[in-house]
Amino acid sequence: MDFTSFLIILAQALAVVVVLMTFCAYAVLAERKVSAWIQGRVGPNRTTLPVIGSIPVIGTFLTRLGIFQPVADGLKFLFKEDVTPAHVNRPYYILAPALALVPALVTVTVVPFGQYITEAGEMVPLVLADLDIGILFILAVSSLGVYGIVLAGWASNSKYPFLGGIRATAQMISYELAMGLSLLPVFMWINAPGTDAALNLTAVVQGQQGWWLVLWQPLSAFIFLVALFAETNRLPFDMPEAETELVGGFHTEYSSFKFGLFFVAEYAHIVIGSAVFTVLFLGGWHPLPGVPLQLEGILGAISSVGIFTTKVALLVFLFIWVRWTLPRFRYDQVMRMGWKVLLPLAIGNLIFYALAIAAFDSLK
Amino acid sequence: MALLVQRKPLSWLEKTYLPQILGGMRITLKHLFAPKVTLQYPEERPVLPENYRGVPTLVKDPNGREKCVSCQLCEFVCPPKAIRIWPGEIPENAETAHVEKAPDDFEIDMLRCIYCGLCQEVCPEEAIFLQDIFSVTGYSRDEFKFRKNKLYELGGTLPDKHYKWDKKKEAAFRGNEH
Ligand code: SF4
Ligand code: SF4
Repeated sequence: MDFTSFLIILAQALAVVVVLMTFCAYAVLAERKVSAWIQGRVGPNRTTLPVIGSIPVIGTFLTRLGIFQPVADGLKFLFKEDVTPAHVNRPYYILAPALALVPALVTVTVVPFGQYITEAGEMVPLVLADLDIGILFILAVSSLGVYGIVLAGWASNSKYPFLGGIRATAQMISYELAMGLSLLPVFMWINAPGTDAALNLTAVVQGQQGWWLVLWQPLSAFIFLVALFAETNRLPFDMPEAETELVGGFHTEYSSFKFGLFFVAEYAHIVIGSAVFTVLFLGGWHPLPGVPLQLEGILGAISSVGIFTTKVALLVFLFIWVRWTLPRFRYDQVMRMGWKVLLPLAIGNLIFYALAIAAFDSLK
Repeated sequence: MALLVQRKPLSWLEKTYLPQILGGMRITLKHLFAPKVTLQYPEERPVLPENYRGVPTLVKDPNGREKCVSCQLCEFVCPPKAIRIWPGEIPENAETAHVEKAPDDFEIDMLRCIYCGLCQEVCPEEAIFLQDIFSVTGYSRDEFKFRKNKLYELGGTLPDKHYKWDKKKEAAFRGNEH
């Protein structure tokens, strides 16, 4: 690989990370706004920038919408006092926030977010690394994210973070199983005889040019979605954080930028999770079930990315909406649901689709 | 009497949580679009009810006479001892010399005041009123000790039904007949 192509790849990677981080920042804003609206409030509507904010109608509108709020939030995290309690285990304590964020940023490399159809009619996926083992990579790396939380809980050396860490571990193990099992039917479906999709995510999207998988396999999609809520530690599954029970859970002892990293990591996980769900079940960049995107060239590429991001944004909204609707499950309820409901359901689902697909193939 | 509430056992569908979750999401979605109730505070002000008990203030009567006669009843009644009064004498040659007393200085510590309104209730001269100021700010504890000038400034002038001391003066002029 020569130097220019290396630079191009570097630029692409940077662009993707920048877009992802912006997405996270605005997911935070969306969370604040939507929660406010649901509770009959107006949400952040004062922060403004000097020049843009004083444009008559647009500036006021953007300010009222809180568009500039993420900048202020970010600056606040940078400049707050960074307290490191004396009782922590320093190296791990400092490592933990980074460990929480990095897996989220790594998984984004294999998520295809658009397509470019050349004039010859060849489809080139827009993705940083089009791995054949895409989904395995995502499952493997994203579950590393829990190490950040567990390490934070342990290194903080105080009781509430510790409990948060324990809960995170238990929850992770319980729901990872159901999540993996719910994905198997998807790949059985995609890997029909005669195709060589393997575990590639682009192939999953291309397999959904007709009906989307959420329509073929609603139960798989449902199990995956529930497990996704649990994996991203969102309400109703925010056991590790549980601020009413555990003060702040695993990040109780963190402040300033380190806390900011945890915060961003949570939203990065949500965004990535939504992106993966979109790829697997919502037809990726295909606009409607049964209507594949066939636009060629740059226009096609832009619209595919646009459609994909819209779907991701809607899913992020779903995450927020559910959070501000539901109370938290009890710890034992979470465990019972994971082991006694979701896992058997996922296994049943797997067997059903295995038989159905086998029967379908032998009929043909 | 003990009241027994019969709990209906959950149906199978309810045990899956799903209908309830969807129902809840419908409600929150409705609230998402419902009109907001936030009051944009510094620009919009709340409508205060009549008889609102805000900061206690000293008032003057429409003739500009300070009504407080430094009887110190409010100082005595104030539960958290927020009031401090330095009584003074009204000079012989003043027009209101017959009132005899007025506060030299008057201090209410707004950090101590609990806005109970007892001072207003006990005052025989209707000189102290809890009016509609509800936001008091300052950078130090001393700034919250409102002295006489400030209290009169905040209190202003309130209408007076009695003009008690004017009547007294007239009566004395007529020889205090009954
Ligand atoms: S309102 Fe109550 S607490 Fe405040 S000065 Fe009057 S008597 Fe004291
Ligand atoms: S305010 Fe009223 S109660 Fe208090 S000293 Fe003056 S006259 Fe007496």
